[in-house]
Amino acid sequence: MADDLLTIADTTFGSRLIMGTGGAPSLDVLERALTVSGTELTTVAMRRLDPSVQGSVLSVLDRLGIRVLPNTAGCFTAGEAVLTARLAREALGTHWVKLEVVADERTLLPDPIELLDAAEVLVDDGFTVLPYTNDDPVLARKLEDVGCAAIMPLGSPIGSGLGIRNPHNFELIVDRAGVPVILDAGAGTASDVALAMELGCAAVMLASAVTRAQEPVLMAEAMRHAVEAGRLAHRAGRIPRRHFAEASSTMAGRAALDPERPAF
Amino acid sequence: MTISVNGEPRALASGTTLDALVATLTPSRSGVAAAVNEAVVPRSAWPTTTLDDGDRVEVLTAVQGG
Repeated sequence: MADDLLTIADTTFGSRLIMGTGGAPSLDVLERALTVSGTELTTVAMRRLDPSVQGSVLSVLDRLGIRVLPNTAGCFTAGEAVLTARLAREALGTHWVKLEVVADERTLLPDPIELLDAAEVLVDDGFTVLPYTNDDPVLARKLEDVGCAAIMPLGSPIGSGLGIRNPHNFELIVDRAGVPVILDAGAGTASDVALAMELGCAAVMLASAVTRAQEPVLMAEAMRHAVEAGRLAHRAGRIPRRHFAEASSTMAGRAALDPERPAF
Repeated sequence: MTISVNGEPRALASGTTLDALVATLTPSRSGVAAAVNEAVVPRSAWPTTTLDDGDRVEVLTAVQGG
């Protein structure tokens, strides 16, 4: 929204939905989903060039005017991630990187030691680093301390669609952070995304929830609305939770009616 | 000489440059990056980077992901 921009490092975005491109059934569906989502920042992965592949995700993003955010998906060590980020910078001409250093293929959970090492090296090398991290408030603070431009905690494992398993940790991370906190991974449907924004996340990053939905383009639209609704609710300030009812209609001025009449 | 290109062994004439090698993979240079023995070689240096026997070359581009 024009009056409520997202700022990461020195760049502002009108949309608070960051999209991934993995898992889409085709480039055509991906293009329509990205268009409907309203995203202005979208991730790609770096892989070996395959001369037989037709069409390019880069041409889709270029056509839609969406800023490309390379990731380091598939890296298990700081060294691999740093080299991949440098290759992405060379290939795509951007010093932004979504830093992923995972511990194993089964959980795809971030390896916090390698992640922090890689973040420090890349920040020193001039990168704008957006790290995919555990929902750990201590690690989030350390990543910010080494100069990361945002913190991207997972709600639940990549592709799991389990939503935000520890909302309290998200609140702790948001409460302390001086940089944008962006839900990354775990969103399964619109309510997960709305919750993230209500908890104070500055943005949401997702891919599978849209690209692997039965109707990716419809889900992209749902996610756009969910981000906006959750953000508005966060800004509006929700009512406190209470144990008992609180009437919204006043009792004052009630008519004096005989409870026995008319008889039924 | 034999070098490794994206994990596959490949016989090349000695003196082949990185620029010539990449040209055999793709007509376009945009969106492509290359590393030789785990060191990124800037595109501007490809024409002057001569490959040696045993070099490991990785040529990457952006694909759908994340």
